[in-house]
Amino acid sequence: MNATTTAVVAEQFDDIQQQHSAAKLGMWIFLATEVMFFGGLFLAYTVYRFTYGHVFALASRHLDDVFGGANTAVLLFSSLLMALAVRAAELDRRKQLVRLLLATALFGILFMTIKGFEYRKDFVEHLVPRFDFRWDGSDAANAELFFWIYFALTGLHAIHVTVGIALILVLALLARAGKFSPNFMPVEITGLYWHFVDIIWVFLFPLLYLAGHR
Amino acid sequence: MTTSLPKLYWKTFIALMALLAITWSVGYIDLGPFKLVFALAIAMAKAVLIMLFFMHIRGGSKLLHFVAVAGVLWLLILLSLVLGDYVTR
Repeated sequence: MNATTTAVVAEQFDDIQQQHSAAKLGMWIFLATEVMFFGGLFLAYTVYRFTYGHVFALASRHLDDVFGGANTAVLLFSSLLMALAVRAAELDRRKQLVRLLLATALFGILFMTIKGFEYRKDFVEHLVPRFDFRWDGSDAANAELFFWIYFALTGLHAIHVTVGIALILVLALLARAGKFSPNFMPVEITGLYWHFVDIIWVFLFPLLYLAGHR
Repeated sequence: MTTSLPKLYWKTFIALMALLAITWSVGYIDLGPFKLVFALAIAMAKAVLIMLFFMHIRGGSKLLHFVAVAGVLWLLILLSLVLGDYVTR
């Protein structure tokens, strides 16, 4: 064991591999709790769609799938950049790592910007529950319920994206100072979180935007 | 391995974009009840690709696989038991 490796291994671990495994395991367990956190809302969605499928499909058509679809592509691309960033961290390519982290955060910010314009459009079209919500046709209460679920799911997701952007920007600062050589685990586990947030959106896009026949 | 990994990530990304294109265009076709099944199948495929390659489940330890599956399994227990109630009312 050389001097640099000794310096980063916390005393409860035998070696750096064990420390890495523990970090990844801890993050995966956290992500499992996150699945349950979103799970409650996915359950509400499931029960509602099962019970009021017709009005659900009608309400879904009021959402703009161009926003949702474009944002899916944006998040998928940012996930690619994050995966490349983790690789750069592992190979200790500091400049490349900083650039990739900044690019990942930039696409996260692009996602939030698009989401902001979409929320604005929802507001203008009177689709926000409690804020002058308007519905032509019957079953307005259940249509409003769809938009409650839409805002709860996308809102919770947006909070996660915001946290992710903040974490990645902090990583970029630390990476510039050379903090991740040789222990790149903070980049790896933040990457796991970012990919998880991407996976949530992968499910939200068809469930919310493509539920009705377009 | 060192040089081929970014290539693998790009391939994964291209596959994900292709699946997005399929999901999106199928949204414009009336499949009746199969619409949801199809949408979920594609979303599952995308999630698996992301987990396998971006999240390094491929090549990860058995314990990691176990935790990853447990998260999904618990969600399925939640959904299936509650739906079991609603479907049989």
